[in-house]
Amino acid sequence: MRYIRPLSIEDAVGTLASSARTAAILAGGSDLLVRMKGGFVEPDLIVDIKAVPGLGDVQETAEGFRIGAAVPSAVLGENTALKKAWPGVVEAARLIGSKQVQGRCTIVGNLCNASPAADSVPAMVAAGAKAVIVGPSGRRTIPVETVPAGPGRTTLAKGEIIEAILLDKRPPHAGDAYLRFIPRTEMDIAVVSAGVNLTLDEKGAVKTARVALGAAAPTVLLVEEAAEVLVGSKLDEATLERLAKVCSGACRPIDDKRGTIEFRRKVAGVLARRAAVTAYQRAGGK
Amino acid sequence: MNFDPRYSTRNFTAVGTRPIRPDGIDKVTGRARYGADFNMAGQLVGRILRSPHAHAKIKKIDTSKAEKLPGVKAVITAADLPDHTNGDAAMYDILDNCMARKKALYDGHAVAAVAAIDARTARQALKLIEVDYEVLAHVTDVDEAMKHGAPLINDAVFTEGLEEKPVKPSNVTKRSQFGHGDVHAGFGHADFVVERSFRTEQTHQGYIEPHACVASANADGTADLWVCTQGHFVYRQHCAQLLGMDASKLRVTSSEIGGGFGGKTHVWAEPVALALSRKAGRPVKLVMTRDEVFRASGPTSATSIDVRIGARKDGTITAAEATLRYSCGPYAGSWAEVGAMTSFACYRLENVKTVGYEVLVNRPKTAAYRAPSAPMAAFAVESAIDELAKMVGMDPVDFRIKNAAQEGTRSSYGPVYGPIGIGPTLEAVKNHPHMKAPLGKNQGRGMACGFWFNFGGQTCTDLNIGMDGSVSLAVGTIDVGGSRASLSLIAAEELGIAYEHVKAVVADTSSLGYNDMTDGSRGTFSTSMATISAARNAIRTLRERAAQMWDISVDDVAWEHGHAVARGEKHGNLGKLSLKEIAAASGTTGGPIAGHSELVADGAGVSFATHICDIEVDPETGATRVLRYTVVQDAGKAVHPTYVEGQYQGGAAQGIGWALNEEYIYGKDGRLQNAGFLDYRIPVCSDLPMIDTQILEIPNPNHPYGVRGVGETSIVPPLAAIANALSNAAGVRMTHIPMSPPRVLAALEAAREG
Amino acid sequence: MAGVAVSTTINGDSVEYLCQPDETLLEVLRDRLGLTGAKEGCGTGDCGACSVILDGRLVCSCLVLGAEAEGRQVETVEGMAHGEQLHPLQQKFLEHAALQCGICTPGFLIAAKDLLAKNPSPTEEEIRFGLAGNLCRCTGYDKIVRAVQDAANMMRGA
Repeated sequence: MRYIRPLSIEDAVGTLASSARTAAILAGGSDLLVRMKGGFVEPDLIVDIKAVPGLGDVQETAEGFRIGAAVPSAVLGENTALKKAWPGVVEAARLIGSKQVQGRCTIVGNLCNASPAADSVPAMVAAGAKAVIVGPSGRRTIPVETVPAGPGRTTLAKGEIIEAILLDKRPPHAGDAYLRFIPRTEMDIAVVSAGVNLTLDEKGAVKTARVALGAAAPTVLLVEEAAEVLVGSKLDEATLERLAKVCSGACRPIDDKRGTIEFRRKVAGVLARRAAVTAYQRAGGK
Repeated sequence: MNFDPRYSTRNFTAVGTRPIRPDGIDKVTGRARYGADFNMAGQLVGRILRSPHAHAKIKKIDTSKAEKLPGVKAVITAADLPDHTNGDAAMYDILDNCMARKKALYDGHAVAAVAAIDARTARQALKLIEVDYEVLAHVTDVDEAMKHGAPLINDAVFTEGLEEKPVKPSNVTKRSQFGHGDVHAGFGHADFVVERSFRTEQTHQGYIEPHACVASANADGTADLWVCTQGHFVYRQHCAQLLGMDASKLRVTSSEIGGGFGGKTHVWAEPVALALSRKAGRPVKLVMTRDEVFRASGPTSATSIDVRIGARKDGTITAAEATLRYSCGPYAGSWAEVGAMTSFACYRLENVKTVGYEVLVNRPKTAAYRAPSAPMAAFAVESAIDELAKMVGMDPVDFRIKNAAQEGTRSSYGPVYGPIGIGPTLEAVKNHPHMKAPLGKNQGRGMACGFWFNFGGQTCTDLNIGMDGSVSLAVGTIDVGGSRASLSLIAAEELGIAYEHVKAVVADTSSLGYNDMTDGSRGTFSTSMATISAARNAIRTLRERAAQMWDISVDDVAWEHGHAVARGEKHGNLGKLSLKEIAAASGTTGGPIAGHSELVADGAGVSFATHICDIEVDPETGATRVLRYTVVQDAGKAVHPTYVEGQYQGGAAQGIGWALNEEYIYGKDGRLQNAGFLDYRIPVCSDLPMIDTQILEIPNPNHPYGVRGVGETSIVPPLAAIANALSNAAGVRMTHIPMSPPRVLAALEAAREG
Repeated sequence: MAGVAVSTTINGDSVEYLCQPDETLLEVLRDRLGLTGAKEGCGTGDCGACSVILDGRLVCSCLVLGAEAEGRQVETVEGMAHGEQLHPLQQKFLEHAALQCGICTPGFLIAAKDLLAKNPSPTEEEIRFGLAGNLCRCTGYDKIVRAVQDAANMMRGA
């Protein structure tokens, strides 16, 4: 086993692409080290990307925000502009693990771990976030929902690294929110979760909406029917009821040690409804 | 020596104060050494290979490849732990649990072990051991295991305690029964009867420190063991017996212990570490991973309990009955028996009957967990009592007060009670401001009572007075949560000196006589009794020395407030001699001054508690939140009240975790699915409110200072207190612990539909 | 397996060590440097007993590789007291009996130190959520929360 710390993204990609055996990318390590400890992975090469310039930064650009792959969640929580623009994404990122884990974990790692229960992913999907991928054949930008292929699997090719997550600049009257259900108040993996992102028109009616559910299917679900329910509404009671119903219906959950199918179905709707109300209020709706 | 343990009233000076514990500074600076913090020169790393199957015959183990791996110094299997148990069935079970002999009986059962130069090599070596298993049908559920046709875990088990000896083997090792009166007649007099069935899932003690030891076996047949344990003398006996050594040749030193709660009263890996060390000829350090702790150590019984209680219109209970089925893991135990004994111990009952069944399942060997077996029985009984109070139309506290056991009551398990605290805890709860605080929407309040026996046992203590007058107290009971502070207070009290002049240590097994382990809430109860006895013996010597210094009769010397005082007119001019002065002269008056004590601490007073809990339910998700919690418990005499409060709070928190989220989850394959702190969910800081405590002091007549054990009872009431609160908050009666959100939501939905 | 040479700073002292690429910072601290104050309760970041502060961020040292400490600042419980002068948190943990078995104490002290550095006047709720990554099985957290509150008062000079 070797540990290397490349100083450029090209170096990192080159090393990963040319590595004959199993290689692992290390940013926050909060998933990788747990898997190594449990004997689930034994990489021959660990590529620590934290020394690559720019990967540890959050940049505010003309188009929005660019969040480097090695930025820990705790840093996102300290970025006032990002929190103001995308409170749902930031609160989701701040729900991953404990304070201790927050100091290390990254939303890119959360995405690439490809767990259907990843906290930041439904929020990012709802936000329409994009992933900037660097690989042997150059750069490409794809919607985050196309990164996970199934539990523990991604669509990334050999040698590819997600360099950054892009979030759009916010128009006026926009808000997002993320809620998850856990049995305790902290430290648990989401049993089921919901992210909602809304923009409103001048009259306070929903103009655009994205609704995503976590731990409700093998990958995060973008529920387009739920968005259609919301668009044009002011989140009246009937709309919220329909939202909950549509979300519950869209779930394809499993029974496991964290929850039952019935529980996940029911609570997915409850959370979507509650998240929608919060997102609406954040967007300035009443 | 004659020691009178009877209680007499006194004005305390040291006892009841709250000084800083003597081991505290090492624990806040990181210097305290726990099980894994000790190292020896040349030590190897030990690791254990565990069965991935719930039930499997071990056909063959091939260790040859592992042995050839460079850096591997020893590989052992059951063949390296020959049977020295001489027909002692309980010890044979311990041996088999340490290393499976013929069958792997649960997921996580040890089958082989290695010692290697480092952890990486040891891990690699485990992968090279080839075990040929024949997988057998398994059963992990307590009710399923009792059914006819269930897979048999041990075909040599024929149920004991039945009127007729069974002809077929079964998974039920024993039936036990307690009670008195005629329950059939009693139910005939009842106007109201509650009858319900309950289930509780298996939980783990959840101590934060995994089991850890360093074993060093020498070529001359002696050995040293450094280990985190609740009872180093017991570990010595068990390890020596399993390894075929003289107990005196094995010195066991207890490390600081990072939590035990009953889970460190049994040997697990220690005999394996010693066997590895013996084979490798080098010290071996063996530390369990958290996964191993969950899969292979600890847990409580899972239970299935039926309760039936009847009462008259006036609220008098006429009959009470319970059938309790407790899982034991794959080895015989007495867990249901204890549950059956405790079930109705809080009440004064004319007609009562409890029956317990010990059930074998393919799960880890059940271990004690804080008031073992009592919380599950209390959950069932106290839930039913609450329901019955409602049917009768009485306040639940008044209903319990009306039926509470008192001094002179014949307990449901046999003995007649002396002065006890159940009534006073209920009166205190009735008058507690918590009971009158307003509640909001979706909120409810519940209360419940709990009982625990407490234990005394064999105890040995040395108290040595230095030439400077300071006191070294050597005890043999492990300090699990501040007992060195409380025992130093006891020594200071009895000798009449300042707490700061006493230093208590836990001695190793070569330095002190045998001590039972710290269990049964006995640490402070029994060792304080032995410490008082030792101090009184030292005082006798101090008086003799003072008499010698004054050249008067010892009969004329009294001991008052840390001084020898000459009694009588004729000695009026002699003044006083302090302990320090007598100690300083000891070299010329007969040598070192010490007091020793060896005793069996009988008369541990039974303990009662009543808890109050407010919770809030989210009706849409089944999530619950504990808003307020109050513990009222009898301590006899609180030696160090802060640590007594700590025991009350800690037990309540564990009970809350058990009630709401903690459970072993097995898959259909019989494998444990949540062997880690991520999915075995013990309460975190943000889950809990402050936990208020009220200490009652009803002196134990069998202890000089009136002390009772305080460690365990606090885990008994929470399961029922929370279930009762939930019932009041949401109108659903939960009969399955833990009351996790999916279960609560399902119950709420069922109630809405029904 | 190639060893990694690391130069780092631990509790203000320059330290150099050689570690394996897959060795955690916790293993380095405990097994190579003799700093056994950080404990391994789980090895998977779920209990917080191994908490240390790395470049001003609270982390679980079981989820950091030893190799990653290169050029960085590590603070452990062993560095909290100055000679005989205990840190206010250490003093208040003793006074409030905020420990029973004490195995979680080093992690709690480090986490609480980090919490108070970022928020000198936390509410009870902020303390509870701030320390939620540290498991304690003995105390029910009551006395820990009170000790942190009291230490915060003391550190603010109140």
